[in-house]
Amino acid sequence: MAFPKLNMMSYWVYFVGGVIMMASFLMPGGAAASGWTSYPPLSVISNNAQTVWLISMVFLITSSLLGSVNTIVTAIQLKAKGQNFMRWPIHVWAQVTTAFLLLLAFPPLEAAAVLQLADRVFGSSFFLPSGLVVSGEKWAAAGGGNPLLWQHLFWFLAHPEVYVLILPAVGVVCEIVTANARKPLYGYKTMVYSILFLGFMSFIVWAHHMFMTGMGVTLSSFFQATTMIISIPSVIILTTILLTLWGASIRFSVPMLFATAFLPMFAIGGLTGLPLGLTASDIHLHDTYYVIGHFHYVVAPGTLFALMGGVYYWYPKFSGRKMNETLGKIHFWTSFVAINFVFMPMFFMGSKGVSRRMYDQTVYTHGAATQSWNVVMSTAAFVLLFAQIPFIYNMFTAWKTGKKVENDNPWDATTLEWAASSPPPHENFPTPVEVYRDPYSYSPTTGKVLPQFAPQEG
Amino acid sequence: MASEHMTLEEVKKHTRTYWVIFGALLVLTAITVAISYVHLPFFWAVVLALVVASTKASLVALYFMHLISEKTAIYLTLGLTAVLFVFLIVIPWMIPWAEVRGWFVS
Amino acid sequence: MAVHIPYIDKPNPVTGVTNAKLGIWLFLASEVMLFGALFSALITLRLGVNDWPHGYEVLNVPLATLNTVVLIFSSVTVVMAWAALKMNNLKQFKTYMSLTLLMSVIFLIVKAIEYGSKFSHGISPATSNFYAIYFVITGLHGLHIIGGIIVNAYLLGPGSKMWSVEPERFTGRIECAGLYWHFVDLVWIFLFPILYLL
Repeated sequence: MAFPKLNMMSYWVYFVGGVIMMASFLMPGGAAASGWTSYPPLSVISNNAQTVWLISMVFLITSSLLGSVNTIVTAIQLKAKGQNFMRWPIHVWAQVTTAFLLLLAFPPLEAAAVLQLADRVFGSSFFLPSGLVVSGEKWAAAGGGNPLLWQHLFWFLAHPEVYVLILPAVGVVCEIVTANARKPLYGYKTMVYSILFLGFMSFIVWAHHMFMTGMGVTLSSFFQATTMIISIPSVIILTTILLTLWGASIRFSVPMLFATAFLPMFAIGGLTGLPLGLTASDIHLHDTYYVIGHFHYVVAPGTLFALMGGVYYWYPKFSGRKMNETLGKIHFWTSFVAINFVFMPMFFMGSKGVSRRMYDQTVYTHGAATQSWNVVMSTAAFVLLFAQIPFIYNMFTAWKTGKKVENDNPWDATTLEWAASSPPPHENFPTPVEVYRDPYSYSPTTGKVLPQFAPQEG
Repeated sequence: MASEHMTLEEVKKHTRTYWVIFGALLVLTAITVAISYVHLPFFWAVVLALVVASTKASLVALYFMHLISEKTAIYLTLGLTAVLFVFLIVIPWMIPWAEVRGWFVS
Repeated sequence: MAVHIPYIDKPNPVTGVTNAKLGIWLFLASEVMLFGALFSALITLRLGVNDWPHGYEVLNVPLATLNTVVLIFSSVTVVMAWAALKMNNLKQFKTYMSLTLLMSVIFLIVKAIEYGSKFSHGISPATSNFYAIYFVITGLHGLHIIGGIIVNAYLLGPGSKMWSVEPERFTGRIECAGLYWHFVDLVWIFLFPILYLL
């Protein structure tokens, strides 16, 4: 990294933030109880754990700022000889775009967190309207604030944040898919521009989370339009990966299983987002289980599967050993089946209008009708939990007993990290690596691999 | 002119510029304070105050922060930031004021 | 062997900047968004109520004007400190840097007087949203000043030893510290008319 000390500081600030966040669970009076969105006025008048939660957020945001500055500077300044922007692996593009999102979208939330902190600690009324009545009594604050201000500042971060979660996953999937299909990525430049466009557009869709706040037809239409536009680069990204698989002799290794499962799962997550992005259908679906289903299809079987695939894929890189294939396949198939049973029923329940914030939906007739799905979901969630045991066991035991890799590049990958020996020695490369060609140079007919770092063709 | 490779003469020229800018900033500060004592109609007071502030800010950014001769990488970063900054500043006008005032009766 | 990180003193030939300079600009970009959100909040609050006071009626304009001048002057001295290093004059650098530090401390003292008089009148963030946003924005700006003082004091004191070993890298550090300081000045340039004069 360009700034090693900053890197460490970023980690330790994150650590402190994490500890404070965990501590908020132990506060007298219970954990922070205003949901992850912390909408005021509820969050301002709720228990003390919310204050701890906000302080922790300030630490976490600071950590992410330091980390993203470091990532961007490293990627742009410290390129290997011969490396240029159009030779970056997609994973690097994804990470740099993510870092920009974090850098520019997080500060507004930090500002909002400071304002909410002031509301709670110093008694100001940034988010408290005049005439607020709590439990039948007038709330003692000056008033004149605006709860919608929080929603705007919050979603100004929280929408780009979704792309912060998904873009690195897309990058990981690209690496795994090209290596296991042994084909060049179909449309590298298209992919790069899609990612950049996606990153930029993610800044101007935030108010589609706020269609129900009564912000008016003009604004709703604007954000509906931008939301529809942002689905285009997402589809391009998926299509590009899909076309890479076309005609390839695919090796279904464990990382590849996760990467291929990512595609339909992310597609379900993305397509179910369309009814939410359209103002009319959102009226029905807003704040129901449908939203939860949509979002979690993107980040659970989407991002999480990509990241697990990434663990299996890069494990030989940092340990010199492969993780067990059989355990990996058990992990994959049980997780794959279970996770769909967790999130698919949410669409059914959401379509019936079950609210996302209820812990007992049977108090309403329409909720009671779908209670059986809730049982299915809970059971599947436990299955999913137990399905992670082989993974954790595998990860720890393979460190000592996993099958040793035959060479430094067990997946026939082309990107730079495989130029170092596996596991990498201190300082990674004995001599500086040089880049000779585009990433993902596989000969489509012979399947021959031409890594970026290999000087000779052949 | 790359700030990394400057001759002694060029640096001296720069330092003279800095003091000129300092003078300009003082004058502009005096102007903006003077305007505030006139109590113009609110709209024009805002416009004038922002024009003066933007001028001062531009002087600081261009000359003290050397943005007048910076590298593309930095212009690109700041350009992106400027666009997103505009989105942020639009927020107050996105709030349905007529409705919000009706939500709570004081 | 310690890892050698390239472009810490000389600019990268492709981008034309050093790591630190790109880094500080990225950081400042995020700061723009931070203060941008706060100004956005201020406008929202002001549009939302009918009885928003004029800054010149309730805040101390002469003191704030003095602070504006102090901060602008410190901005000049910090860039002069950098220019002094460019001219290989460490002694002049120290003079200008000390002046910068002196100005920043004066700024904080004036600020403390201002805050003190508000508190003594029983005014706090809970009084009204005007004071709430006034305290939050100026307070956060004050924290930035304190951060700047710590960095500048380090660079004037123990940090300046780097000058004899790696002069270019040290000059780069002063430039980055200066950029940050100008940014703090820049925030004040907007904050002053918006809070005090309107």
